[in-house]
Amino acid sequence: MLQVQNIEKSYRTGGLWKKQSQQVLRSVSFTCKEGECLGIIGESGSGKSTLGRLILGIDQPDQGAILFYGQSVEQRKVRRGMISAVFQDYTSSINPFYTVEQAIREPLEQEGQSRMEQSRRIDELLEQVGLSLDYRSKYPHELSGGEAQRVCIARAVSTRPRYLVLDEAISSLDVRIQVQVLHLLQELKSVYGMGYIFITHDIQAAAYMCERMIIFQKGQIVETIDTARLSDVQSDYGRTLLSAAIAR
Amino acid sequence: MNVWKNSAMDKMGQLSLIVVVGVIIAGLSAPVLAPHDPLAVQMSLRYAEPSWEYLLGNDQLGRCILSRLLYGIRPSVLAVLVVLLLSVLIGAILGFLAGYFRGKTDTWIMRICDVVLSFPGYVMTLAMVGILGVGLENILIAFVLTKWAWFARVIRTSVLQYTEMDYIQFARTTGMGHGAIIRRHLIPVTFADIAVTASSSVGSMILQISGFSFLGLGIQAPQAEWGMMLNEAREVMFTRPEMMLPPAIAIVIVVSAFHFLADSLQVALDPRLRQSGLQPDRLPDQQEVAVRL
Repeated sequence: MLQVQNIEKSYRTGGLWKKQSQQVLRSVSFTCKEGECLGIIGESGSGKSTLGRLILGIDQPDQGAILFYGQSVEQRKVRRGMISAVFQDYTSSINPFYTVEQAIREPLEQEGQSRMEQSRRIDELLEQVGLSLDYRSKYPHELSGGEAQRVCIARAVSTRPRYLVLDEAISSLDVRIQVQVLHLLQELKSVYGMGYIFITHDIQAAAYMCERMIIFQKGQIVETIDTARLSDVQSDYGRTLLSAAIAR
Repeated sequence: MNVWKNSAMDKMGQLSLIVVVGVIIAGLSAPVLAPHDPLAVQMSLRYAEPSWEYLLGNDQLGRCILSRLLYGIRPSVLAVLVVLLLSVLIGAILGFLAGYFRGKTDTWIMRICDVVLSFPGYVMTLAMVGILGVGLENILIAFVLTKWAWFARVIRTSVLQYTEMDYIQFARTTGMGHGAIIRRHLIPVTFADIAVTASSSVGSMILQISGFSFLGLGIQAPQAEWGMMLNEAREVMFTRPEMMLPPAIAIVIVVSAFHFLADSLQVALDPRLRQSGLQPDRLPDQQEVAVRL
């Protein structure tokens, strides 16, 4: 159970003495049930990525709380192995000095498994994301976008997290690879039963993946709607997004 | 560090490493290696040509140039290296703190750096030597106190551009501690910048030390030091230009060795540069593995 309660976030701009702030998130609240795929749809600059960072505990909200089974995600121990993420930019998602194997091993090392178990798990993960075992010794610059994103997905699910935040995870891939990665994500969901928080500007991909969607604009939730009833969307902004997607 | 395992350092890098290590050893064992006393004056041998007894000849006071070069390694190279290590260390610690944690920490550290950097280096060093007194140690202390700010600035900039990388965000998500993130993810990627900045200041520091020696603030007269040897040779620049060659060549060799070493270390450590050959263009259609459905 992931609960987001009345989150407020603003970023300070200006120097040491001058204080100006820009509000990014305004009283955002929602709940993501276990195993649910929740879409967060919004255009660039709507604050959805900031929301993702807060859920991942990388940033702290100014007010409100994000609770993971009742405990704040700001504590490292609460997050460890339980919440994971796949980011948009596959070129900077893997340490350029790491091989694929080292990258996937990193979260496993914190679990305290033996090297043997880790290696076995890495093999299993590579197979699950559709990469051959030859990829273990490759470096990120030798991978294509789709391959790199698969490695990121393997790394993200390695510790069998309860929630996975996908921050524009497919947006920088080309369309054909997007479809493959979406299939892969669905397949992994059926294997691990984890909840997805699918942050995207692409309402079509969200409709394909998610059971429920939150439409996000200017740091606020405009509307929450079940994907099955997407055509009944009430808000003007939701309708604009939908008609834009249909027109394509 | 898998530099050795992959024997990834190129020929130039290996040669530079040998030169650097050789010079350091020669400096440490100067009393054993030097054929003569570097301070022994023999007026009969003034400006003597190189001979089997004095391989590089003798200077204006008939002292053995080779011995003076060997003894000169200590203040010129060894002391500079110690100063460099100290100031890079201080600069790296503060630079990492400022670049990684940002916010208030960053602001304060950078303002202190600004204050230190706002005085010209020479003026700061002169002032400190004025307070602490004349001598090589005091110049070196003054160097550490002024140079760290420059390194802190450069390292901070380098750290800043990497902290927002997604793999560091991912490491933070998985609950990895700040220390581990800096050690595992930031130090390797920023190492290249640190090595290059550090190696390029070796040369200027050797020359600055010699500059202070010239002003009579550093090494005192009879002691050997490369910069001072250059200065002494300068007085006879037109009558005996060859006197400038030994110290000048020594400085050039050491400085270039440090540069080449830094360069090839960078290549050897970075997997993106290591496979220097041409990578065939990838064919995504064939390389992409189909998803099992």
